[in-house]
Formats: sequence, structure tokens, C-alpha cells
Amino acid sequence: MSSGENGEASLRYDATVADRDVAVRLRVAEGETVALLGPNGAGKSTVLGVIAGLVTPTTGQVSLAGRDLAGVPPHRREVALLAQEPLLFPHLTALENVAFGPRSHGVGRQEARALAREWLDRVGVGDLGSRRPRQLSGGQAQRVAVARALAARPRLLLLDEPMAALDVDVAPALRHLLRTVLADRTAVVVTHDALDALLLADRVVVVEGGRVVEEGPTADVLRRPRSNFAARIAGLNLVAGRWNGEAVTQGDVAVRGLPSDDPPGQGEQAVAVFSPTAVSVFREPPGGSPRNALPATVTELEPLGDRFRVRAVAGRAPGQVPLQAEVTAAAVADLALVPGDRVNLIVKATEVSVHGASRAASAPSRTDTVWP
Amino acid sequence: MIGLPRWLLVPAAVGAAFVLLPLVAMVSRVDWGGFGSLVTSESARDALWLSLRTSTCSTLACLVLGVPMAAVLARIDFPGQGLLRSLVLLPLVIPPVVSGIALLYTFGRRGLLGHTLDVLGVEVAFTTTAVIMAQTFVALPFLVISLEGAMRTAGQRYEVVAATLGAAPSTVFRRVTLPLVLPGLLSGAVLAFARSLGEFGATITFAGSLQGTTATLPIQIYLERVTDPDAAVALSLVLVVVAVLVIGVARTGRSAV
Repeated sequence: MSSGENGEASLRYDATVADRDVAVRLRVAEGETVALLGPNGAGKSTVLGVIAGLVTPTTGQVSLAGRDLAGVPPHRREVALLAQEPLLFPHLTALENVAFGPRSHGVGRQEARALAREWLDRVGVGDLGSRRPRQLSGGQAQRVAVARALAARPRLLLLDEPMAALDVDVAPALRHLLRTVLADRTAVVVTHDALDALLLADRVVVVEGGRVVEEGPTADVLRRPRSNFAARIAGLNLVAGRWNGEAVTQGDVAVRGLPSDDPPGQGEQAVAVFSPTAVSVFREPPGGSPRNALPATVTELEPLGDRFRVRAVAGRAPGQVPLQAEVTAAAVADLALVPGDRVNLIVKATEVSVHGASRAASAPSRTDTVWP
Repeated sequence: MIGLPRWLLVPAAVGAAFVLLPLVAMVSRVDWGGFGSLVTSESARDALWLSLRTSTCSTLACLVLGVPMAAVLARIDFPGQGLLRSLVLLPLVIPPVVSGIALLYTFGRRGLLGHTLDVLGVEVAFTTTAVIMAQTFVALPFLVISLEGAMRTAGQRYEVVAATLGAAPSTVFRRVTLPLVLPGLLSGAVLAFARSLGEFGATITFAGSLQGTTATLPIQIYLERVTDPDAAVALSLVLVVVAVLVIGVARTGRSAV
């Protein structure tokens, strides 16, 4: 995995859109996926619009693979856009929709159709080629839209909340598909969802009020967000390591959980994700059903309204795993918690989702050393 | 569902009767015995054939000119756009006879472009071409209005997607914009055809009323109204039937889209 800051940047974006007060600097390396996080109206869509050539920046420069994009019309930018809604052309069949990009690039009719068939197969809807968009479900239509965007062979793929309009029960399958197709692809994903960022992106850039307020490797930002927005949607516990069929093990910390829709294989890299609100703090290890009791040392108590965020580290140095629990102020008082206390962090295994993640897993191991 | 107030039914019924009663009255006056010979007389056949030919040509002219006009009005923002739109729609509201006079003073022998056309050896006024021009002039706004509305309703979201997939503007227009507004295009074309078919004032002013050359069906009816009222009524019925057929074709075409 390459970092946009260090590697050769494919997308170099330094542009200002004055009337929307958006001034952002963004780098995306070849093969890298960057998540753009931020509240509504933060300027994320404006950034996508500028990259796609739909919004003209007031000042600044955008280049893709060394080519200055100033004055280049959208159809010559090699930038495809996947929006919230599939926006399949209603008068064309699914196959014709996917063949549209190749046809526009001058590929012959037969060859374009063959390419489209291939792409439909790859996104798992090979049997729906002859359907009209209105005969497709939301999830199927978005798969066709993914195939259509990729069939156009973009150098850069822009995804604007691609799962926001989908039912919760079909979103995981599409997320899995995107994970597959985004591997090694240069892409920018706009999302509100911490899990999307974690599973799809190498790096996260947080935009608030038209400015970049935070950026870094995804796991870093999600674990210890510094910006308000990232803190609101993230602050997740992530334990990245190897999956042994029951638990994810990082150093001497093992977290049991339930494999998600995108399960890791035995012995593969995986990440266990759980919310701080799912973690309770005990002085003594309790009996009973919870299957995760992680001995840890409290490092910090951070008030959050009527609650406290208890930050702690589990395991032995140098492979210590930062964890956090959200508990009521009354609980902190009852337990008389202070930094340095030894506690047990208790999490039900059903609250822990385990995702196979070569992408997400490599980032935490690098960042653990900077954790206090 | 919320019901309508009952009292609305009365004026609605009166309105429907007002529209339908004259048609019934006209049909009741048709001389069915002589109907066949009346509508197949040479002048009648000439007029019907001329009307269908010229209306088809003017509808095509409306498409060639009106589609780009609608696209420009719907998709490009430029200063004076509102004014231009109002002016383009002017033929909708000015009396057709005024349109005819305006055309005459533009393309007639002593008109604005008359001398130029004369030098080129082209004579327009009082020819079949003039009939088509008069019809196009009055019918064009119907197509532009209907298509511009359809384009604005369709929005640009699909066009944006098509462009990011690598389609050049001409490809987007041909493969996305036009297919998406096809129902609007069709109804606009039908409106233009119907308006051309019924054109009278501008045509008789600019093109005259020569049998077989410029005397379209409405003009023929007007001329025979005094000399041969039975023929006028019979031809009127033909015009009504043609109009009903056009609407029927348009409706089936629309539901098929």
C-alpha cells in the first residue's frame, strides 16, 4: 500500500471554489483509495465535481497522472463517477448501459457488448443484461452502475456515497463488491460511514467547512479522531491481526467476534471492529456469557457530556492495543477509575464484527507505535 | 381520495358541451348522400393532399430548427434568455394574419430579403414553399415550448453520467438527451403538425389561395363556405377526422415509449 503523501501522486488536487468556500488539498497515489469524510455541505461533492470537470475551480490546479485537467471537458478526463443513485439510462438495457462507455470510446458494437457482458459477470449480475433499469432492484441496479463505471476504463473512479441509497440488507454485499473492485484502483470515496471508510479506503481525509481538518491512514483516523466530525462517526475499537477461526489476535490480545458477510479465511489478516458503547469496564474479571475479557490499563478519562470515554491499552508493549469504552459518569465514580488502573474490558462476542481486511489490517500495525 | 366540490361539475359540463355541441351540429349538417363526391372532387383532393404534404414538411422544419432552439433555451444560460424565449413564443399570441404580413415584408418581393432572393432567382411568396414557411412560423413555438419543458424536467443528471463515461457532447445529445425527452419531442411534433394542418391566416396572407399550390384544406373550406356550403361542411369533417387520427397516433406512440 502506498501513501499519497510519500508515493507518486496520481491525482494532485489544490483548488479553491470561491462561491462555495471550498479550498482543499488532496493527493491520491496510483492504486490508492482515499475516503473523503465530512458532514453535509462540507464541500465533498464540490471536490468530486471539480475533479470530474463539472465545477470550475476559481483558482488552483488539478492534475491526473501528470496531466493538467484545466479546461479538459468531462468526457476527456478519464474520471468516472458513481453516485448514490445508480442513474442507469432508463431507455437502455443493463447490457447497453455497461456498453455505453466502451461505445463512447469508439469500441465496435460487438466488442463493446462482449466487454459489457464480462463486466456484468464480474459484478455478479451476468444474467440480468437484457433487463431495463426499472426491472432491477436497487442493489442490482447499483451493481450494473459499478460495471458501467468500470467498463469505461477510468484512470480515477469517484464514488459519491455509493451505498447511501441502498437498503441495509443489500449494502454489505455491495460493499464487498466495491472492496474487490477498488483493490489496486485509484479512487476517491465520499462517505458518512466509518465502516465504509475502514473497509474501502487506505487513507481518510476529513473535510469540514470546506477545509481539510484531518487526514491520515484510515485506522488512525477512525481510532483516534481529532476532528469533530470524525469523532462523531468514528472512535471505533479496531483490533487488527490474524483470524484463527474464533478470534482476531494482535500480539497477546485476542478478540472473539462474529465474521461479517465478508469473512476472512483461517490464518488470514482480519480486523475486529466494535463500538466503545459495547465495552463495559470491570475491576475484576466477571463470570457469565461475555466471551471477551481483555485485561487493560486505563490511560485517559475523557468526559463526553454525561458519559466518559475510558481510554486504555491492552497487551504488552510494544504491541499494545489501544481500546476505548464509553461508560456513564456514575460508573466511573463507582469504580473510582483513574489513569493507570488495571481493569478488565468486557465485550460480548456478538458485538464484535470481524472483517477480512488485508487493506485495513496493514495500517494499524504501523500506527500502533505512535499510540501513547 | 378527496372528492371535488359538486358545483364544479356544472361549469365543467357546460364547457364540455360548448366544445362538443358545434361538432355535433356540423356533423348533423353533412350531406351524406353527396359526401363521397364532395370530398373526392379534384379541388378537395388537391387541398387535402397539399395540406398533408405541407404540414409534414413544416413539422420536419420545426424539428430541424426547434430541437436545437429548445436545447439552447433549456441547457445554456445566457443574458437575455428570458427575452429571447418570449420573442420566440410570440407567434403563439400574435394573430396569424399579422404573422403573414410580417412574413410577406420579409420574404415577399418587396420585403427585407426579397431583393436578395430575387437576385438568387428564388421567389417565395405565393408558392407552396410560402405555405410551408407560414406553417413553420406559427407551429415552431409549440414544439420549442413542449421540448424545452421536457428537457428541463429530465434534468442533466444522466447527461453528466454519460459525459463522465467518456461520451462527447454530440454522443450525449444523440444517445441520452433525445431518447429521454422522446415523449416530449413526440407530443411537440404532433402539436406542430396539428397547428400546421389548421393554419389559415398566415398562409392566406403570405401564400394566397391558388388551388393545388397554396390552397390548403382550411383555405379551401373558407373559399367554398359561400359558394358550396355542403362541400365546406364535408371538408370540415375530413379535417376533424384527420385531426382525431393525429391525436390517436400520438397517444398510442406515447404509451409505447
